[in-house]
Amino acid sequence: MAPMQPPQDDLDRRKVVGINPETVTNITSTDFPGHHAGEDNSWSLSNFKQNLKVHFHENEKDEAIFSLVGVDASIANAFRRILIAEVPTLAIEKVYVQNNTSVIADEVLAHRLGLIPLKGRIEGLKWLKWFFEPNPDLGFEGVGRTDYNTVVLSLNVKCERNPHADKNATEPEEKYINSSVYSRHIKWAVQGSQEEQFRDGPIEPVSPDILIAKLRPGQEIDIIMHAHLGKGGDHAKFSPVATATYRLLPTITITKPILGADARKFQKCFPPGVIDLERVTPSDAASDESVYHGREGDEKAVVKDPMRDTVSRECLRHEEFRDKVKLGRVQDHFIFNVESTGQFPSDMLFLESVNVLKYKAKRLLQALDEMEK
Amino acid sequence: MRDSPIEEETSDPSEELLLGGAKKLVVLPGASSHAASFQIEKEDHTLGNALRYFVNKNADVEFCGYTIPHPSETKMNIRIQTWEDTKTTAVDALRKGLEDMMEACGVISEKFTEARDEFDARQS
Repeated sequence: MAPMQPPQDDLDRRKVVGINPETVTNITSTDFPGHHAGEDNSWSLSNFKQNLKVHFHENEKDEAIFSLVGVDASIANAFRRILIAEVPTLAIEKVYVQNNTSVIADEVLAHRLGLIPLKGRIEGLKWLKWFFEPNPDLGFEGVGRTDYNTVVLSLNVKCERNPHADKNATEPEEKYINSSVYSRHIKWAVQGSQEEQFRDGPIEPVSPDILIAKLRPGQEIDIIMHAHLGKGGDHAKFSPVATATYRLLPTITITKPILGADARKFQKCFPPGVIDLERVTPSDAASDESVYHGREGDEKAVVKDPMRDTVSRECLRHEEFRDKVKLGRVQDHFIFNVESTGQFPSDMLFLESVNVLKYKAKRLLQALDEMEK
Repeated sequence: MRDSPIEEETSDPSEELLLGGAKKLVVLPGASSHAASFQIEKEDHTLGNALRYFVNKNADVEFCGYTIPHPSETKMNIRIQTWEDTKTTAVDALRKGLEDMMEACGVISEKFTEARDEFDARQS
């Protein structure tokens, strides 16, 4: 028996999460073989290819917003989780304090330094390898620090009185030199082939204006730092994203016309731009729908851009809209928002997360082969 | 810079060290040809849920579910049962799930790059 093809509106209805005043319905996906009698829901690459859509809404270095349509929540969530915790980045991992007479304790200072996002030529960053610390307890020798796994940075700042300052000056910036230590004071000490790899993109903090510490005359910070590759799962400083989130595309269905003053009120229930007001046309007024009769020229609420909706459900709180509106979300339409910390462009991070998932599968296939040997 | 080539795989040599001599994948005791529980080291919901989805997409699979038995152990168990009247064993189903996942990732990368390039071209 040939598999049954359900009507399109049936499929569309299956995909919509129902949003009611106090409950949410139809959350789990049902596109599995055997769930719907007579239908073939087994995996098909060509179907997947056909149904998968990507639309970009914004693509800046620090922020990418795009819709990923036609994937299951489990896959979209895997990418989100990988973005946050598993895409490797470079961050300061070791801090060797030679002198720190500031009021900030060494360990607090080290923590602050670790959190500073670094940037450099992308190809250079990809060229970097993992560093493994020796672990004598496990009898593990580790690998040595070399130019391809360690980036050396230094921070050497001393605060002094400003001899040219005005006698009546009260601001520390004016009275003293180097009263504030900023990320711009961090200097990169090039090692070996790093010079070649980072030729037109030296390693430096993403922003030069990150305040690290404050000093007063006589105080000094003299530090050597080693930056290594790491993963967000080990420490948040290695997370390449500030946020990586997705939300489902909201749907708003006006089931019965909302007219006149109600339409204005309805519009106010949503963020700006979601609901538009149109005039009731003569043909509307002449139609069978009795609510339109005699309302020609009145305002009528229409849905303009549901993507802007925050799904606050405010419209469900008002008696006059009862049974006139249905809210929902599209189960397989993920609006991703990836905000990079600046080490890699946001769009590249997403591609990287896809690669990480692919590698995970590949690695397990290898393990499966080994097991079957 | 944005068009820099992305490596086919993101290899992770720290894995060997992370595993500490343990096997990445083992079959838990009590398995038969059409039903087996696999235990995977150093994996979590990221792979577990996605893999569960792909394995369930196989018509020969009767059941597939995953669990993380203990939150402080980095182990993920995945149980696969296939219909006994099919030739597909549990190992086959797992293999197909992983292969399908790799295929899907390939398609997503491709479509994403395409959409991004088109968007960038339109913006400039």
